Amino acid sequence: MTDLPATQKPVDLKAILSTPSRIDNSEGMSYLQSLPRRLVTLYLPLSIIVFVLLFPFYWMGLTAIKPDEQLIDLETFSPFWTWNPTFKHIHKLLFESYYPWWLWNTMYVAVCATILSIVASVLAAYAIVRLRYKGAHWVGGLIFLSYLVPPSILFIPLATVVFQYGLFDSPMALILTYPTILIPFSTWLLMGYFKTIPFELEECALIDGASRWQILIKIVLPLAIPGLISAFIFCFTLCWNEFIYALTFLQSTSNKTVPVAIVNEFVDGDVYRWGSLMAGALAGSLPLVILYAFFVEHYVSAMTGAVKE
Amino acid sequence: MADIALQPRVAKPQIREATTWDQIKTNRNWLGFWFMMPAMGFLIFFLAYPLGLGIWISFTDAKIGRPGQFIGVENYQWLWDDSIFWLSVFNTLLYTFIASAIKFAIGLYLALLLNENMPFKAMLRALVLIPFIVPTVLSALAFWWIFDSQFSIISWSLKHMGLIDYNINFLGDRTWARACVIFANIWRGVPFVAITLLAGLQTVQPSLYEAATLDGASRWELFRYITYPLLTPIIAVVMTFSVLFTFTDFQLIWAMTRGGPVNATHLMATLSYQRAIIAGQLGEGAAISSAMIPFLLAAIMVSWFGLQRRKWQQGENND
Repeated sequence: MTDLPATQKPVDLKAILSTPSRIDNSEGMSYLQSLPRRLVTLYLPLSIIVFVLLFPFYWMGLTAIKPDEQLIDLETFSPFWTWNPTFKHIHKLLFESYYPWWLWNTMYVAVCATILSIVASVLAAYAIVRLRYKGAHWVGGLIFLSYLVPPSILFIPLATVVFQYGLFDSPMALILTYPTILIPFSTWLLMGYFKTIPFELEECALIDGASRWQILIKIVLPLAIPGLISAFIFCFTLCWNEFIYALTFLQSTSNKTVPVAIVNEFVDGDVYRWGSLMAGALAGSLPLVILYAFFVEHYVSAMTGAVKE
Repeated sequence: MADIALQPRVAKPQIREATTWDQIKTNRNWLGFWFMMPAMGFLIFFLAYPLGLGIWISFTDAKIGRPGQFIGVENYQWLWDDSIFWLSVFNTLLYTFIASAIKFAIGLYLALLLNENMPFKAMLRALVLIPFIVPTVLSALAFWWIFDSQFSIISWSLKHMGLIDYNINFLGDRTWARACVIFANIWRGVPFVAITLLAGLQTVQPSLYEAATLDGASRWELFRYITYPLLTPIIAVVMTFSVLFTFTDFQLIWAMTRGGPVNATHLMATLSYQRAIIAGQLGEGAAISSAMIPFLLAAIMVSWFGLQRRKWQQGENND
């Protein structure tokens, strides 16, 4: 019974990031390569790429804690390190600007828009995959297409719509428009998850007299929790990252979200602005990076799931 | 036993007629309708309607605060003679083409590297994705600082290595500015391409490579005749997304150069923002963004055929 040939899984998502490292780190055909060869063909290019990918963050962090005079004097001080870090920029950011407000706005908008989208997408995905109403196939295709409509061609008409509804310069404008980016993505992702849940479970529940709503709440959702987490995290990140709607629909300084506020409010002609600018960029990225650190696997499965389905 | 058969038939309790209300509650089409309503509401009011409205606005002379009159294709005629518009089209195509090609090449290379066995593999993979997590604008600001005309760390390093003796004006010179925004875009896009392709690579069975190696295939042949053909479908999809999002990019440019110097880095998206929101010419801006639609349709067609081909290769295992 147990020695059946392992069926090939479509994608082993967990394995992407959590392959247990072996003790000798050799597997399959890797013994065919000698160590010097691996150094040149694998470790060298890999370390160059990783260095380039991570250097801007190092630079961001370093600039955020460097004293001003070191920032603009590259000759007397080595620019790559500082021996007397300062928290002046971060202090200025947190106590002399609207930064806490902006962080709060971003968080508020992202959480509300994400929850709205997840609720809508759960219902839609369940209906498309399991209710299979007339035309469900077509609706699924249309939702995929709407995933491909970028915000850059929608922001002008949306600005007029937002203005007509009297939502201009309020967080509601973003909470209601962000789902258009999030719903197609998360519906598509959740459809993939719902398809993996055995149909028999639902049939049993139907025979026992459960309604569709009960099936969704009590059977399907508990089984789809990994998918829900993936969708939630990815949507949250997309919201946090969104720029053009927030730039267009918000006007007053205290209502802005972090990305827009940093670009618009911190960029003045001051030669000493770099410290606080980088501190702001760092503080705006940290929440996402921390979230990411906890949910790496879910994040990756969301990203690949959206492409693969 | 026979008694039962001989007994007069008792009328069975009549089955209750399904009322309209029952149908609405249980009929799968009605249920489907209720379940779809929230998602469809959002997508119709805030996606489909604005999409149509945008095309309509592009045929009017609307300005901010003033609904426009229908003026036919005048906006488009105006754009046709506008050299800045054509420059932005050129920039967009250049930006998309170069950035996507390099993203694909480096992304695939990085995916192949990450697919090897090595110590700290999981951590490396997690680190590689960070540029994709961090909001684009914030990392664009870091690049803005790295490419500063006076205090650029790159200029400093090159000067100290003795390669140049003056600061490079990264974002002030046309060619350099284009190169810099393309570099920043590649930097941000590579992790996405690499990690999604890595997911594809992991579905390739190692036994194929082993068999080919026994047959004497070189490493290049392994890639060319095993990896690449098996990856083609996912490459098609990933690159469609990549092209699409590069083509409509806005925030990276806006944070780094705002279209300057001398419009050398204006993309269609940034130009439409500038014309529509900053200058207030909604109609003209809408015409510029509507002009992106044909390109997007082309990208979607590619994606569609990519998906078809993928189904064909993997066999029908959906549902």
